[in-house]
Amino acid sequence: MKKLSAGAKIYLVIVFLVLYAPIFYLIFYSFNSGETMNSFESFTWEHYQAVFEDSRLLVILINTVIIALLSGLIATIIGTLGAIGIVSVKNKKMRNTLLSFNNVLIVSPDVVIGASFLILFTMIGVKLGFTSVLVSHIAFSVPIVVLMVLPKLLEMNTNLIDAAQDLGASRRDVLTRVILPYIKPGIFAGFFMAITYSLDDFAVTFFVTGNGFSTLSVEIYSMARAGITLTVNAISGIVFIVTILIVIGYYFVTNRSKTRHAEVRQ
Amino acid sequence: MTNKASKGSLFPYIIWIALFVIAPILLVLYYSLLDLNGQFTIANYVKFFSPAYLSMTLTSFWYAFLITLFTLIIAYPTAYLLTKTKHKHLWLVFIIIPSWINLLLKTYAFIGIFGLYGPINAFAEVFGIEPTQILFTDFSFIFVAVYIFIPFMIIPIFNALDKLNPTLVYAARDLGANRITTFRRVIFPLTIEGVKSGIQVTFIPALSLFMITRLIAGNQVITLGTAIEQQFLVAQNWGMGSTIAVFLILFMVIIMLFTGQKKSKGGRV
Repeated sequence: MKKLSAGAKIYLVIVFLVLYAPIFYLIFYSFNSGETMNSFESFTWEHYQAVFEDSRLLVILINTVIIALLSGLIATIIGTLGAIGIVSVKNKKMRNTLLSFNNVLIVSPDVVIGASFLILFTMIGVKLGFTSVLVSHIAFSVPIVVLMVLPKLLEMNTNLIDAAQDLGASRRDVLTRVILPYIKPGIFAGFFMAITYSLDDFAVTFFVTGNGFSTLSVEIYSMARAGITLTVNAISGIVFIVTILIVIGYYFVTNRSKTRHAEVRQ
Repeated sequence: MTNKASKGSLFPYIIWIALFVIAPILLVLYYSLLDLNGQFTIANYVKFFSPAYLSMTLTSFWYAFLITLFTLIIAYPTAYLLTKTKHKHLWLVFIIIPSWINLLLKTYAFIGIFGLYGPINAFAEVFGIEPTQILFTDFSFIFVAVYIFIPFMIIPIFNALDKLNPTLVYAARDLGANRITTFRRVIFPLTIEGVKSGIQVTFIPALSLFMITRLIAGNQVITLGTAIEQQFLVAQNWGMGSTIAVFLILFMVIIMLFTGQKKSKGGRV
């Protein structure tokens, strides 16, 4: 392998700088005692304090996390069962139809998803708020879980199931003691992706959240429309740290399951 | 796995498809045929073909095209150079991390960066350039959108380049192809599938952006997404909003057909 030329290195450095500059810019000014993101006056924690003293903001933060965890959990259950179901469908045409339905919500623009869900909830009379946001987040997370679990199921050797059944395992045992342990990494990845989708979503939530209920994205939007408040910077500092922790945690979990597999194989 | 237990596990999934995939599409279609009083009409469709809406659609496409083009121009070399680095997968993670930071926060950062007294203008002032309003211009809109989409474009191209068999490149060089010919005739054609998926994940969302247009372009730019949001949440005209949504779905299907993956002719050799 050739070494990168100086020009190539400079190019990569610029790309990385541009990608990270806005994020560090936000975090830098979260410690500014001034009111703007233009001139740094002196160091302060007051904006972080403001976040933790603002009970409304805290409720929104908690709501966002609850929605993410709950929708991630339910979507993982529906999606994993769905993936197992899809694999069990032997008719090729039928299976492809299911898979194309699965992809609709992944490729659809979020504005369209939000607008159509708004119509749906209004039609069936669901009050806009916590329920509608939770249900929509479950709805758009299910296909991602399916896509993460499916490859694991497809690479699984079906002999394992036959062997289990020959040895007297019930259907329930096959599911809980053979299939689920095998596809566990896929389930974890799906759950993780569902959570990140939920935390990051703005457009769909914006459509289906009524008055009085808000998630972090929607709240930041209304704060940003009103102008610059360094509280938002403090929030981004917190979000950045949490994101990094989740990434590290995710790698830890996946690597641990990988090494475990290696151990089993040995 | 043809036992009934696994068939039964399809049940909640099928309900999900019926409720959240099929029903919403049908409802959007149904509402696109209603006027403000709930009467059946095709007036919304007639209105969509009026000059005002057609030019809005065209500008939306133009912006989406520019955003996709610039994203590709920046992302392809980045992905290419990344595959040449020593710890390429680690570097890729560093590309992906910014895409996990909340979209709203990244957009909000640019309100400060591009502001009249922000760092860009302060920097320009050093060279004697008068501060100008960068925010609320086409430039700021396209810049922020490109910034948001870059990681999503890099990932599929990186994967395609990563799968590319390097011996093909060596062979081309041995046979006398120079760098440009090797790229044009070997590397690019073999990674076209990655480019296509990159375009797919950029162009369709770029058509439907509405948050960035509101915050960064300050209502200067109206995309199809902005128009839908406007009709649904401001004008409360769900019929017209649904009609635009129907066309957005149509455009999406057309783009998917154009950028669809050909299974038989993958990038692998």
